[in-house]
Amino acid sequence: MASLDQIFVALKDWLVAFVPVALQPLAGALLSIVAIMAVFPGIFALTTVVERKLLARFQNRPGPNRVGIPLTKIRLAGFGQFAADGIKSLTKEDIVPRNADRIVHFVAPFVLVAPAFLSLSVVPVGRNMAALDFRETGLLFFFAVGAATELSVFMAGWSSRNKYSLLGAMRGIAQMLSYELPLILSSLVVVMMAGTLSLATIAERQSGVQWGVVHSWHVFTPWGFAGFLIFLTAACAESNRTPFDLPEAESELVAGYFTEYSGFKFALFFLGEYLGMFAISGVAITLFLGGWNAPFTFLDWVPSWMWFFGKLVGFILFFIWLRATLPRLRVDQLMDLAWKFMLPMSLVNLVVAGVWHLAASWPHLLRWPLCVAILALPYWLLSRGFQTRFKTRTYRFAEESRPAPATAAAGP
Amino acid sequence: MIGIGIAKGLVQTARNLLGTYTDKDRLPTIEYPEERQALTEATRQFPFLVHDGDDPAKGLRCVACQICEKECPPKCIYIVKSRDKRVDYKGQMQFYPATFDIDYSVCMSCQICVEVCPFESIKMDTEFEFSTADRFRGLLFDKHRLAKSDAHYHRIHPTDAAESDAVMAAERAKAEAKAKADAEAKAKAAAAKLAPTPAASPEAQMEAPKPGSDTPTMPM
Repeated sequence: MASLDQIFVALKDWLVAFVPVALQPLAGALLSIVAIMAVFPGIFALTTVVERKLLARFQNRPGPNRVGIPLTKIRLAGFGQFAADGIKSLTKEDIVPRNADRIVHFVAPFVLVAPAFLSLSVVPVGRNMAALDFRETGLLFFFAVGAATELSVFMAGWSSRNKYSLLGAMRGIAQMLSYELPLILSSLVVVMMAGTLSLATIAERQSGVQWGVVHSWHVFTPWGFAGFLIFLTAACAESNRTPFDLPEAESELVAGYFTEYSGFKFALFFLGEYLGMFAISGVAITLFLGGWNAPFTFLDWVPSWMWFFGKLVGFILFFIWLRATLPRLRVDQLMDLAWKFMLPMSLVNLVVAGVWHLAASWPHLLRWPLCVAILALPYWLLSRGFQTRFKTRTYRFAEESRPAPATAAAGP
Repeated sequence: MIGIGIAKGLVQTARNLLGTYTDKDRLPTIEYPEERQALTEATRQFPFLVHDGDDPAKGLRCVACQICEKECPPKCIYIVKSRDKRVDYKGQMQFYPATFDIDYSVCMSCQICVEVCPFESIKMDTEFEFSTADRFRGLLFDKHRLAKSDAHYHRIHPTDAAESDAVMAAERAKAEAKAKADAEAKAKAAAAKLAPTPAASPEAQMEAPKPGSDTPTMPM
């Protein structure tokens, strides 16, 4: 089983050995690039179909179930759809608005996709399987590269010369900057506790055993659980997924910052968004859900990369589930949630992590309730503030125009 | 507290998702080309011409009065009256349509032609699959394609067909009664002519052919 666990590492080593020693680092890097470029867009292709099918099911429709193998009756339950979509977007006309800034308009989709691939490269997808293992700066590299997507969003919105694009870009910038803060603060907790920025090391640190059979994932601690929820919410906002899809709100802004894109550039934006979602899910898995570790020690025989991709699929499905459930937030609600709830909570979480660390020698019965209490009290207070602000809505004009009940019926 | 509503919503949508695999009510889609919904009796798509008997060319109820052609809002009906006449179901001599075309690509299925027809001859069909590669000729239906039997009408709209039959039976009874009365009057006139004054004959001669050529007037 150890051989199956390291099969891809062994394969890479075997292939690299054919190359002269001087070129071996370059060949290794190229192989990693090819692997990332093949695996994650593949997952993206399948995700588009799965998302459409699941969303349809959530809305009581069967969803795409026709496209299969051409010229045959084989339908593959609609899983040929992504090929049809890909061919369509490749062959469609590439329209550039006459007044657009052509160069920036052209570059923007690539500026989105390149950081997405780069941020995927630091995620350890299995034991010894991180394409770029920065021992000192892994997580920092991820956030630095991830911040570049904001540039792309604004490039696309600004260069299109379209009010919807610009509004979408403005919203995108505001949202991504606001949510970057809780995102980084919640992951800072893990850095504090693990004492390293290297994502591979953080994943390794969670392979310890607690409570007999359970691996010591960070999510199984008070600060880890709270941090995970904050990270998940902020990740949702960073990847523009549905409760936070204001930058590309179809009902308000056509398609937001990529309104003026068509054909393959549109597909690139789509790809970039999904790759960003995979990357941030991968980091969430690494930071809180034990990376490539199994949940229980008796499941350790399953290869580590299977655990990682299994968790990634779980994340994708959860994001689809969220998309089918939650309506879009309003801009002020979005900002309120980020600055008045998530930021204070992530700051409190830092304190909790400190307390947890200092109380390491305390008995569990004391340490757990203390940390949970420190988290629960501000959570309750902060959400009470939200509840008083968002009362049951009164529809003033609709209520006033409604005829007075009972009195009219009592007449002759 | 924040989060409780989200959790409730997630449970609700998950129930909906899983329900589509077990509960038929949660997945009401009928996948059309393979599956079909039974049409209701009130279904109306495009007009067709009713004919009595087996031969559409002979049994068309249409007398080419052209009311539907004039009333049709998008003007999709084109009729050419015949030069000769033939006997209709009441035994009267009537024109018939030499040409009767309906352009289904223009027809808006408003059913006004059916409303105005005094002869129960144009009715709405339930057929709706007319996709064709030829968008001009393929949707221009001539009288041979439009003609469908009374049996077909009875099958698709039994209630309406029964009403049509009642109307036609009443018309026929009226025509027969009138013919009978006319015959009696004629016999009486002939008897009168035979006995005292032969001078009254021109009036009786004018009267005699009338029941045959009497075309019903437009109901206004």
